[in-house]
Amino acid sequence: MINNRFYSLIFSFIFLFSCSEDNSTPASSDNYDRKELLSNLVNNIIIPAHQNFNNQLQLFESTVNSFNDDRSISNLEMIQDQFIVTYRAWQYIEMFNIGYAEEIYYASKMNIYPANTTRILENINSDNVDLDGNSNQFSAQGFPAIDYLLFGVAENNIQILDIYSIDNNSTFTYLNLLVSKMIENTDAVIDYWDTNRQDFINSTGNTSSSSLNMLANDFVYYYEKGLRANKIGIPAGVWSGEIPQNVEAYYKSDISKILAIEGLQACINFFKGIHFGESQINGEGLYDYLAYLDDTNYSDSSMFIGLQDDILDSFDNSMIKLEQLNNNFALQIETDNIKMLEAYDSIQQGVVRLKTNMLSILGISVDYYDADGD
Amino acid sequence: MIDKLLDYFKKESLPYPLALYRIGFGILVMFSLSRFALNGWIESLYLEPDFHFSYYGFSWVKPIGIYTYFIFLICFTSALFVTIGYKYRYAIILLFLSFTYIELMDKTTYLNHYYLISCISFLMIFLPCASFFALDSKKNIKIPQWTIDSLKFLIIIVYIYAGLAKINSDWLLHAQPLKIWLRAKYSIPIIGETLLQKEFSYYLFSWGGMIYDCIIPFLLLYKRTRYFAFFMVIAFHIMTRILFPPIGMFPYIMIFSCIIFFDSGIHKKILDFIRSILKLRVKNDQKFNSDSISFKKYRFIAPILSLFFILQIISPARSIFYPGELFWTEQGYRFSWRVMLIEKAGYTTFKVVDNSSNKFQVIDNMEFLTPFQEKQMSFQPDMILEYAHYLGATFEKRGFKDVSVYADSYVTLNGRPSKRFIDPKVDLYKQKNDLMHKKWIIPMKDDIKSLL
Repeated sequence: MINNRFYSLIFSFIFLFSCSEDNSTPASSDNYDRKELLSNLVNNIIIPAHQNFNNQLQLFESTVNSFNDDRSISNLEMIQDQFIVTYRAWQYIEMFNIGYAEEIYYASKMNIYPANTTRILENINSDNVDLDGNSNQFSAQGFPAIDYLLFGVAENNIQILDIYSIDNNSTFTYLNLLVSKMIENTDAVIDYWDTNRQDFINSTGNTSSSSLNMLANDFVYYYEKGLRANKIGIPAGVWSGEIPQNVEAYYKSDISKILAIEGLQACINFFKGIHFGESQINGEGLYDYLAYLDDTNYSDSSMFIGLQDDILDSFDNSMIKLEQLNNNFALQIETDNIKMLEAYDSIQQGVVRLKTNMLSILGISVDYYDADGD
Repeated sequence: MIDKLLDYFKKESLPYPLALYRIGFGILVMFSLSRFALNGWIESLYLEPDFHFSYYGFSWVKPIGIYTYFIFLICFTSALFVTIGYKYRYAIILLFLSFTYIELMDKTTYLNHYYLISCISFLMIFLPCASFFALDSKKNIKIPQWTIDSLKFLIIIVYIYAGLAKINSDWLLHAQPLKIWLRAKYSIPIIGETLLQKEFSYYLFSWGGMIYDCIIPFLLLYKRTRYFAFFMVIAFHIMTRILFPPIGMFPYIMIFSCIIFFDSGIHKKILDFIRSILKLRVKNDQKFNSDSISFKKYRFIAPILSLFFILQIISPARSIFYPGELFWTEQGYRFSWRVMLIEKAGYTTFKVVDNSSNKFQVIDNMEFLTPFQEKQMSFQPDMILEYAHYLGATFEKRGFKDVSVYADSYVTLNGRPSKRFIDPKVDLYKQKNDLMHKKWIIPMKDDIKSLL
């Protein structure tokens, strides 16, 4: 009896040691470098895109200042043109709803549309506006509100110029307030990235608060909500009737297509890891990480091969569908909504792949559910 | 043969194992409930959602608002009474009822070990667990050997079915889903970036898990291998806890339950140890008298427990009566000890149509479900159907007439490319919510070969 017990104990220890020997086999170099992935995403995409946006925003502010000095049609047109450039630059950072941006609802304060014109007019006529007061103010600020102030307050530029007459400065004051608020928020977000850059890159774990999980979740969320639903689905009436006035930049709606294309391009670049800016250098992206995880590296089983290319194909298809649409989405919806719905369906295929397959294979849960599972 | 059987049922044992099991089980349940409450799960899982997914036939079991806390309190108190062995029979009945009620409130939270706790507490109703080391115990009497063995038998069923479920081509030939899961565990110290990134280790873990589940009951039963087996039990379950933190209390329940396989001498030592720590003065327990349990009692218990075990043996295999791929349709998947067996994710949206006016509404699931509910619903057909019915009824109340509900659903299983899951042309509102085969699930093209 004692003997038996003794032997089984010995046996157990031998087993234990043989196990730990297994565990200590030296690390080989075939592991994926997640730090390099994060460093590329942060240093070559997120931060440059924010800086570029900040530059455009400051140029925008200077056009507003020039207009303040001389309220001419040509200066109004300068603001309007720079508005479009800035709005396009915004498309490359909306998805990064992380850290300070998430804390202050940066994206909501920048781009919730349709603009709430009633509230905007209320704000214009009020002496004391607190844009951070409550979430009802989201749709009275940021790009959609400025879109309204620059293109929607009257029929044409001559009439719009009237609204900005020196005698009644309240509309201009509000425009100015919105611009300075955008600059204030953007400065704070850029500060956050500058301060936390290295910590963010170093957080290579796989928990709900580690960097890659947050980025992947934000990316998928933006693709599903910001791009698919807000830009296409809601105005095209996928959920209930058609609402053409819900397109992005409704008051300058012939840029709604280019904004959507920029948004999709931002997703493609992020996924592939393409550096922001002229260089177009292709660094490490989720594409490369998925390629590393691709089954072909492990065995000849045919279970999940080529998901990364599958996702890219679906992005490319969506781009083709978007290109075919009218520059003016509101017009597209009113004349031939079928094309709009086709674009939606194409983007939807991407959502399915990202949200089920990609997150499943990356081992990342869709946001964070705090519950047990077996 | 019958004589042998009768002899077996007359065989008696010292009461230590059941006494220790009662104490440990009660403590584990109390710990589970406290952890549940402290994590805020009573609120997030039972109070916050507007809608709850019910089990077939149990749609009347729902959280009862703020009184839901009361159910947890009853459950905790009865577990405490079970632990100290006070009014044991009432306490364990109450524990079984309240715990099972909690488990049945929402299907979203289904866990195998909740079901295991229900099964064990049901069985314990009929076992003399409080005859010793309990406030209830009056005199030192022996207990029938079969009462200890019945617990062992339940544990054996759990292991064997868990093992048999792993004998399938995804698990053994493709090492899925462990390949997906382990690869993502790169942040675990030491092994995360090394062992867990190696192809062979996925197969090692898959085959090891299958073999472990299938043979551990026998190694535990056989005296000469028992210590080794128990060491394996600890190593295996601690490992699952490290690799898969969301597995929760399951490892502890299994490790603890396996102590039952040891001789009563070990149990006595542990009880003595508890006694010395708590400085309890308990009656002399050196001598135990034989207890002539009347056969009248058996006449009542025997049929119930026979039925219980017949069900335990048959029901995990019920999936063979359903056509189609079990992991895909999940018909007969629950209550079958299929633990950590598949990686499945889905994306499912719904369209509610008013046929009288062709008006329609595509549903934003966030309006009706919590993120956790949405996640679970998205790949489980019975939940998709129940939710579709709820949506239909909700929109009838909102003024829709002649309502149809359609699902747009895609699911990925064990890393396969996501495929359409539910026939988009089928009006789910017209489909009956029952246990029959669900014809509107689009079959998975791949074939997973499996034993069960």
